[in-house]
Amino acid sequence: MRRVAIVGVGQTKFRTRREDKTHPELAFEAVKKTLEHSGLNINDIEAVVYGSMDPFDGIYRPELWDSTSSGIFKPHMKISTGGTTGLTTALAAYEHVASGLFDVVLAIAVQRVGECADAQSVLNTAVDPIYERHSGVGAIHVASFQATRYMHEFKATEEDIAWVSVKDHKNALKNPYAHIKMDVTVEDVLKSPVICSPLKLLECCPRSDGAAAAIFASEEVAKKIRDNPAWILGEVTISDNYYIGDRPNLAVWDSLALAGRRLYRAVGIDDPKKDIDVAELYSAFSIQEILELEALGFAKPGEGKDYAKNGITFPDGDIPTNPSGGVLCTNPIGASGLIRIIEASLQVMGEASNQVENARVALAHAWGGTLQFHTLFMVSSSKKFGR
Amino acid sequence: MEIVEFESFWNIPYKHSAGKHASKFFHALKEKKILGVKCPKCNRVLVPPRAFCERCFVECNDWVELKDEGVVETLSVTYVKFTGLPDPPYAVGVVKLDGADTGFLAYLGGIDLKDWKKVHEKFKPGTRVKAVWKDRPEGKITDILYFKPVEL
Repeated sequence: MRRVAIVGVGQTKFRTRREDKTHPELAFEAVKKTLEHSGLNINDIEAVVYGSMDPFDGIYRPELWDSTSSGIFKPHMKISTGGTTGLTTALAAYEHVASGLFDVVLAIAVQRVGECADAQSVLNTAVDPIYERHSGVGAIHVASFQATRYMHEFKATEEDIAWVSVKDHKNALKNPYAHIKMDVTVEDVLKSPVICSPLKLLECCPRSDGAAAAIFASEEVAKKIRDNPAWILGEVTISDNYYIGDRPNLAVWDSLALAGRRLYRAVGIDDPKKDIDVAELYSAFSIQEILELEALGFAKPGEGKDYAKNGITFPDGDIPTNPSGGVLCTNPIGASGLIRIIEASLQVMGEASNQVENARVALAHAWGGTLQFHTLFMVSSSKKFGR
Repeated sequence: MEIVEFESFWNIPYKHSAGKHASKFFHALKEKKILGVKCPKCNRVLVPPRAFCERCFVECNDWVELKDEGVVETLSVTYVKFTGLPDPPYAVGVVKLDGADTGFLAYLGGIDLKDWKKVHEKFKPGTRVKAVWKDRPEGKITDILYFKPVEL
């Protein structure tokens, strides 16, 4: 496999409805910004990988509508893997280049969750139609299951978990693209209406419209494009059981822990707490950041609940997590995974809107399905990992 | 300038085959019986039953009847109306039936759902629960109306 770097990134502004633009116009906005960031033009793009999840937008194969926003007469591939879609789109684009088939590949993800009356009705159709769908369960319910079980096993309080939301909202205020921009206190979070117990409104992601894109280039080409590319150190993707009840313990995200160990071994990471400077994790619901920090080795089991409360995951803490404001404040679902690696890349490029000091190694994560899939990426300002 | 919008709907009827394993499970519900399968290799009892064990990659054809009692693993009570989903409040949990190695997604009920903290206390993980059945089961998953605390 060849060495690959991200050489340009771009995002649209996100909000519930981007009624000012059509689907391909949003894609065009993201691609244009990405090309500007890289200094390339559309003819430099050799192939395109596109990510979206059709039913959120009510359009079967939106790539047909959107493909022209990445130029024409190019190899074009679509990826759709649930919440991991955006990061798996990045993974496919990376592999297009790493394999040696192409030198410059565009990853683009577009999602208009705001055009759908209710994301949970779509998410319910992702649940097993034979045994489980009748229960009215969607993504928010499985996250609530995680919260209930975690609180039971580790004696976490509602306040502990609410701190994640306080942190993410503060971070989103610094992100020009973020959807939800409001400063909230722990009291505000706890007083907001319970949606699916124990999770409250301010602990749940919004439905966002928007698009994001990134350009992957081979080593030789990347060096010519910019002097601060984000080098890909490693990536991994993993599946898990299908049925919700098959997971042995919903307080522990064991498939993510396994994926994390595989990634760390491949990259040469011994201690993620010391070796990784910043993490962009797919935490659509407050509780999930806590489980993710524990699964990924940033915290011991039961320790993650204290991190936001004690400032550890704030941008100036030891383990800055979601300095962009994360998925909790911006969730164009199929694009959210791509935004994670875009924000991670900006951190190691030194160009992030909420820059973590001396960020050299960054982790990007996305989960999808009813907790079933994960994709992880490690990016760095150096070509190889090493302290 | 006012932006013009077009409304659209996806309302497409489908029929999903349940296959032989789930069909046997649904027929057994008519007799208020819950069936699972046992993996011949790892010996795990899998509920709901499925045709193969993904861990061992072998077919599962050994049937086991389970009690309609078990323990709550986790739960959540929904308080908002999601389009097309049940009217709130509704409580859903994962119940590990006695003798099963996997959890079973089910409604929880038999108590007032207004105050989620009370519901979480009544059904806290580890609570023993029992199925409440429809008087005349029809072979549908909804024949099990909900699980209620055994003590009630």
